[in-house]
Order: sequence, then structure tokens, then C-alpha cells
Amino acid sequence: MLGALVIVFREVLEAGLIIGIVMAATRGVEGRGRWVAIGVGAGILGAAIVAAFAGVIAEAFEGIGQELFNAGVLGAAVVMLMWHNAWMARHGREIAMEMKQIGSAVSEGARPLTALAVVVGLAVLREGSEVVLFLYGIFAQGTSGLSLLTGGLLGILAGAAFTGLTYAGLLAIPQRYIFAVTSWLIALLAAGMAAQSAQFLYAAGVINHLGETVWDTSWLLTEKSLFGQLMHTLVGYVAQPTALQVVAYVAALAAMFVLMRIARYRPQARPVEA
Amino acid sequence: MRHLFAFTALAALLVAAPLTAKAADEFTLTIKDHKFSPAELKVPANKRVTITVINSDPTPEEFESESLKVEKIIAGNAKATVRIGPLKPGRYGFFGEFHEDTAKGVVIAE
Repeated sequence: MLGALVIVFREVLEAGLIIGIVMAATRGVEGRGRWVAIGVGAGILGAAIVAAFAGVIAEAFEGIGQELFNAGVLGAAVVMLMWHNAWMARHGREIAMEMKQIGSAVSEGARPLTALAVVVGLAVLREGSEVVLFLYGIFAQGTSGLSLLTGGLLGILAGAAFTGLTYAGLLAIPQRYIFAVTSWLIALLAAGMAAQSAQFLYAAGVINHLGETVWDTSWLLTEKSLFGQLMHTLVGYVAQPTALQVVAYVAALAAMFVLMRIARYRPQARPVEA
Repeated sequence: MRHLFAFTALAALLVAAPLTAKAADEFTLTIKDHKFSPAELKVPANKRVTITVINSDPTPEEFESESLKVEKIIAGNAKATVRIGPLKPGRYGFFGEFHEDTAKGVVIAE
């Protein structure tokens, strides 16, 4: 039962951290709860579908379908996160000002929300499909299934609780800094996803260079430990990264930075518009 | 709209990329009763290697390794291909994530 709890918790944790950050990043924006809920719902539905077709996906494209699928899901999430951060760089200040006026509807806020709902959906889709497969495996085994299932469900609850903790922790940050902090978190999150996505393309044989391991810090922190897992999801920590992962990480971070600088720039003479 | 372009671009990139892997050394691992056989697999160092993992159990398994940088789900009674390397000489542990207590193994690169 404990094993099941840990496995399911690990999967839910990854998606949960992302949901917690998204909730904090959209603090004070109207309708965010609905969008995040849509993202979670769509993700769970998608996860069940992906799990049902796991065999088909794995065999697609001469056996590298699963790698391409994962690379695609992660890549799409990176693009959405970049879009969100660029959008916030442009409009964040207005939203921060409007938040202070009680009852003012931040209609603009709905735009980056769609991007973030997609990110939440993709995160739940990827991690959730593993949970579904794992729990299905338990059902298929029959015996001892009940205690394992209990463990799995407790794992989901523990993961959800962790999501709440992440959110509460981020909420403790003063309102003034919350945009800056969540922007950084999202930038690092995206860079980590980009590195993972590139590694899936390498595993698929689409990229065939830079596969050498650059360093090994697994003596210090492995990705399997709880803290290692946290660091892996939050900032993309990898104990034994390949050159490709490092390049993808730095490139994504640089692209995010440039995009945010461009978005922040606006000609002086023009009136403010959406 | 913009993200639609991104999706399309990504899809185009994936389809246009060469799908055929280089002819590499091929190996086989079998999962039975949530155990890997052979539990120790010798592969050549400094080469890309292809391992076909055959899951003879009815339940799904995830072939995972931090050091080999692999994460691959294999459905019950199915097989999947995993590409690893080039590896420096050494021992690289792997495990089946869904049955970690029994499903363990090592790739030895030499």
C-alpha cells in the first residue's frame, strides 16, 4: 500500500506543483478558478484516453510514438508558459493596479488564463495517464488490489494537499512581489520542461547529438528523493544531465527573457490599449 | 491563434525529422512476473544501443532509469523500443516504476 501511495503521490506532485504555481500567478484575476478547473478536468479526461491508447501510441511512428507524444506535450506547455509570461510582462502592471480597486472586472485577465488552463491540462494529462495505467494495473492483478488501491487514492489526496501547500506558500509572498516571483518560477518551470522535451526527442532518435552526460550530482541529490523531485519539477534539476538538456534549458530561459523584454517595450506616444 | 501556429510548427518539425534510427546494436529485455531478465545486460560502451523491452505480464510497466535517461511505458503483453547511449563504461541501474521492489536491473557498458 505504501508503495502505491508513493508512486501515485510522485505523479500527482508534479502536476500539483504546476497547478499551485498557476493559481498563485493568477491571483486576483477573475474566473481563474473556472479555467484551472477546466484544465484539470480536460487533463483527467485526456489522461484516461491516453492510458487507454497507450499501446497504440507507443507503437506509432516505428515505436517512438510515446517519446514524440511526450516531447510534444512538454513543448506545447513551454510555448503556453512563454506566451503567458510575455503577456504578463505587458499587462501585469495594469492588472496589479486594477486589483486594488474593489470589484473592478479584469476582463483582460481571461487571455493568459486560457494559456495557463492549457498548461494545467497538459500537466495533468502527462502525469495523470501514468496514474491511470498504474491503477489499472492494480485492478488487473486482482488479489491484494484493495490495499494498493487505497494507497493510490491516499497518494492522490497527499498530492492534492501538496498543491494546496504550494499555493498557500506562494500566497504568503507580498502582493507586490507575486508577479515577479511567479514569472521567475514559470520561466524556470518552462526551461526544465524544454530540457525534458529535448531529451525525449533524443530518445526518439530525432536528435542525435549532444547525448553525452555533462555532470553527475546524484551523490548530492537524486531526482528520486522528494526534494530532488521538487527541484526537478520546479527548476528542472537533473542529476545527470546531457549536453542537450543543458543547451535546451539555457536556450528556453534566454528565449523567455528576450520575449518578456520585447513584450514590455511599448512606444511612448501611443495610448494604452489591450 | 498564435499557439495554433506553434502546434503546427511543432508537428511539422516532428514529421519532417528523420524517423529512422541509425543501425545500432540491438538487445532484448523481458519482463515476467514483474522481474527483468536478464537482470544484467551487457552493452558496448560509447555507442547508441537499442533495447527491445518485451512485457510478458498482463499489467503495464514503466521502464525507467535516471542514469540512462529513459522513461517509457510498456502496455501489458506488449513490447517497446528504448534507445540509450552513448554510455561511458560503467553500471547503469534501471527499474520498473510500477513494481519497483521486484523489477530491477543493470545495464553494464563495457
